[in-house]
Amino acid sequence: MNLQEKRRRKDQLFAVICLASTITGILLLALLLCDIFVKGFSWLSWDFICSYPSRFPERAGIKSAFWGSIWLILLTAAIALPMGVSAAIYLEEYAPRSRLTKIIEINIFNLAGVPSVVYGILGLALFVRGLSLGKSLIAGALTLSLLVLPIIIISTKEALSAVPNSLREASYGLGASRWQTIRYQILPSAMPWILTGSILALSRAIGETAPLIMIGALTFVAFTPQTPLDPFTAMPIQIFNWISRPQPEFANIASAAIIVLLLVLLTMNAAAIILRRKYQKKLQGQ
Amino acid sequence: MAVHSYNNIKEKIIERYLFVCALISIFVTISIVLVLLSETVSFFRDVSIIEFLTGTRWAPTYTPSHFGVLPLINGTLLIAIGSSIIALPVGLTSAIYLSEYANEQTRGIVKPVIEMLAGIPTVVYGCFAVLFVTPIIRKLVPETEIFNAASACIVVGIMILPMVSSLSEDAIRSVPHTLREGAYALGATKYEVTTRVVLPSALSGILASFILAISRAIGETMAVTLAAGATPNITLNIFESIQTMTAYIVQVSLGDTPAGSIAYKSIFAIGMVLFLMTFGMNLISQWIRSRYQEVYE
Amino acid sequence: MNHEEIEISVKNFNLWYADNQALKNINLDIPRRKITALIGPSGCGKTSFIRCLNRMNDLIPTVRTEGEMLLNNENINHKDVDVVSLRKKVGMVFQKPNPFPSSVFENVAYGPRIHGEKNKQQLAQIVEESLKNAALWDEVSDRIDRSALSLSGGQQQRLCIARTLAVQPDIILLDEPCSALDPISTSKIEDLMVKLKEQYTIIIVTHNMQQAARVSDYTAFFLHGKIIEFDETKKLFKKPKEKSTEDYITGRFG
Repeated sequence: MNLQEKRRRKDQLFAVICLASTITGILLLALLLCDIFVKGFSWLSWDFICSYPSRFPERAGIKSAFWGSIWLILLTAAIALPMGVSAAIYLEEYAPRSRLTKIIEINIFNLAGVPSVVYGILGLALFVRGLSLGKSLIAGALTLSLLVLPIIIISTKEALSAVPNSLREASYGLGASRWQTIRYQILPSAMPWILTGSILALSRAIGETAPLIMIGALTFVAFTPQTPLDPFTAMPIQIFNWISRPQPEFANIASAAIIVLLLVLLTMNAAAIILRRKYQKKLQGQ
Repeated sequence: MAVHSYNNIKEKIIERYLFVCALISIFVTISIVLVLLSETVSFFRDVSIIEFLTGTRWAPTYTPSHFGVLPLINGTLLIAIGSSIIALPVGLTSAIYLSEYANEQTRGIVKPVIEMLAGIPTVVYGCFAVLFVTPIIRKLVPETEIFNAASACIVVGIMILPMVSSLSEDAIRSVPHTLREGAYALGATKYEVTTRVVLPSALSGILASFILAISRAIGETMAVTLAAGATPNITLNIFESIQTMTAYIVQVSLGDTPAGSIAYKSIFAIGMVLFLMTFGMNLISQWIRSRYQEVYE
Repeated sequence: MNHEEIEISVKNFNLWYADNQALKNINLDIPRRKITALIGPSGCGKTSFIRCLNRMNDLIPTVRTEGEMLLNNENINHKDVDVVSLRKKVGMVFQKPNPFPSSVFENVAYGPRIHGEKNKQQLAQIVEESLKNAALWDEVSDRIDRSALSLSGGQQQRLCIARTLAVQPDIILLDEPCSALDPISTSKIEDLMVKLKEQYTIIIVTHNMQQAARVSDYTAFFLHGKIIEFDETKKLFKKPKEKSTEDYITGRFG
């Protein structure tokens, strides 16, 4: 084999390896989803969604977990979104290019990489015991808010910095104040991306398990919460609970619950895409 | 002028409010450190720091109890290394495929699909490990324990794969096109251009993505809790049950541990180690990345 | 110059970007309700200068200035000056048309709105008048609720002028307003400027010698951050006093 031929072979082999790696990733996703579907689909029914958890597999349902998750995500959104978006606005539009700003930015980036279980420890010490909120929804939502705050700030910052400077100049040039410029021009333009980033951050929160276990949410809850101070359970917690049990039926129930959880996630992502399209169309005046 | 001074006050108030929101991130960090630190200090009143760092037995509930963190660190590193062996090469090569080989259309479909892997909750990976991966491993290697590190390594590997692939791809794509053209003009094959020109130029970005992914594997909790078990062990055998730092924290909080007990305090000490490790790795990753950005900008 | 009323008087004005001095000891009296053109090669400081007149440079953190710019005997570079009301008085149109991503109506109504006009009828009237004054009304009156981004480049730029007129400034700054436009749109905007000078003081930065000669009453020639020559446009183009001015307008450099 001459040198040219050798080089050509190597080139082809490399292309095949790269392609194979990529396909591996896709196959794994397909495998995972198939496995869950095959195991859980037959257990999925309306009763499953409308029943409370039970010791008996055939009667178990995810009503309390489902509503717990919905409550949790709404509270988290109410706490983390205004705070995160505000912080991002400050950092992108107001903050002087100083050392402190730089430190804050690096810090936020690093907070996004802190393991969620550490946020759980923080929530346990700060909210459950420190503020004596107990194992309540609000303690859970506060803990998850701390967890998603850096993600929301980072994505909002990116959305704001993508707004062209000419828009700022146009508004300032007309005598608009800083806040008017942000409120009437920059935020509306960045809104599609802020929304997408926020929904993705919240969908991370809805799947989190470890921090909720840390604050003690893994208890038997057979009612839907009525106020933020009520104890609660959530879908990922319920899944963890079921999968840890020895009876094989519960593994299938866990799979069914995973399907519901994935559907909720899918809905959130679809909502993000639809909202973004709608806003973009509105901005382009179509 | 009166109208304007009213507006100016409003502007000032808004700015103050936004500033306070931005400061909250600092407060979060400080409170993490303070919370961890205070209980950690009181933990080290009962347990000597030397024993903690050098002891080879972790048995908090036995009498006499042992608080050597090395078995937990061993477990954590075993998972981190095992999952990296899977995720780093696969992630990097698929990043190369997406950036150098795939056309825009393929890329537009494949990239979101791979990123979907990152959006799946970790507890789902845990279930996948227990229900699917472990039975297969046990068929292939019969002496495998029900809880084993191998299964956890595989699913954590899958979990961090999209992180490697998408961050590395960003780094690879940011290599200027002129560099590639220069090499192609000399008659280099795609393989040669990629390995000798593109990858070295993107090296720091790729390294940064590797470090972030490993840090993510270190902090991963649910999948290792479900799949790898709760046996603190110093071992390199991936077919045995082990325990990671994160899994220990979950194990303690699953039981009803009274606040102030030594087991309760120990999760803060472990949390501190975990926080320092991941925060440090993230800092390094960022430092590497900021260095490579200077090259092109 | 003695017979002209002075709108803005610039005295010993200097500007730095960090350590880099971009304007050196500028002295200039800009006459009221006339068109003053600023010409000169790229990087000579004319855009930096015009952006000082409504403090747009405040948005660039490294800029530092020294000296006076007097508008109605008030130094606009004084730190106590309210930039918001300054920019209301001194409007600006930018190099590239930069309409807001909203309807034609919203673009023009934005200025009056943020300055406190809430009455809908009043707003509609202001919008119509401004669009008429910017010679755009006939082209857009039937699609005033359509997106401003659907207009052509020339129309967008006239919309930006209309938007500026809507806040009723005394002075309009135009920073190379035609550089991104075709010749027909350019001539429409030139006609518009001549019409507008009856009510407004206009300052225009331009790279186009013919444009300066056609529309302006006065011209200042900038070079390396200094004003080399300032005179009535007719005189400056017919018989420049400085050699470098002559070289520039005859196209020998720049």
